[in-house]
Amino acid sequence: MLTIDQATYDAIVAHAKREHPVEACGIVAGPEGSDRPERVIEMVNAAGSPTFYEFDSTELLELYKDLWDRDEEPVVVYHSHTATEAYPSVTDVNLASEPGAHYVLVSTREHGNNEGPVDFRSYRIVDGEVTEEEVTIVPTLTRSSS
Amino acid sequence: MAIEVRIPTILRTYTGGEKAVNADGASLSALIDDLEASHPGIKERLIDNGDLRRFVNIYVNDEDVRFLGGLEAELSDGDQVVVLPAVAGGA
Repeated sequence: MLTIDQATYDAIVAHAKREHPVEACGIVAGPEGSDRPERVIEMVNAAGSPTFYEFDSTELLELYKDLWDRDEEPVVVYHSHTATEAYPSVTDVNLASEPGAHYVLVSTREHGNNEGPVDFRSYRIVDGEVTEEEVTIVPTLTRSSS
Repeated sequence: MAIEVRIPTILRTYTGGEKAVNADGASLSALIDDLEASHPGIKERLIDNGDLRRFVNIYVNDEDVRFLGGLEAELSDGDQVVVLPAVAGGA
């Protein structure tokens, strides 16, 4: 199960809507081993594409060095699908490289840049196996939710 | 000669869970061969058909090796090598 606070949820959705029709991507970092998504980090989609996303290689290194310095890890890896459902594509599955992360997919296909609900779903992707998980949105992350 | 190689989570199954290992080599290619000798199976995750895999990034002293000659990139004692899988996907 992914437990995420409302502000973090809203930030991911806002990022996805802002970038539409290009795929938005980023992570939510948290302390190593905590499973607490605490810090949203929006990344630039270096592919700039409505059907593909990729972190820029230089920014990727800067991101990870910063995480290592803080003893953090990517608790959530998120991206948007702008014309298809919020389900991992074959490419998403083949390229998934963080077995410990929650892979969040947001679909903006219905309302695009505008107000309106989005599909927000979360998955584990390990060794090519996709498992959907429940998403619980809480007002704030409490100590007991870790 | 020792070069520290930072190993990403997904490849730590090859290093017994170690986040960083030491290896030797005067070039990236030689370094990867040395890694393979100590951690069998890891080379195939980095190289495909004699080239670096498209969705694996390797950095030498913070520089993407694609700008340093790829597998021919020269290494020296004390260099820091980081392996990071691309974070990428598609609809």
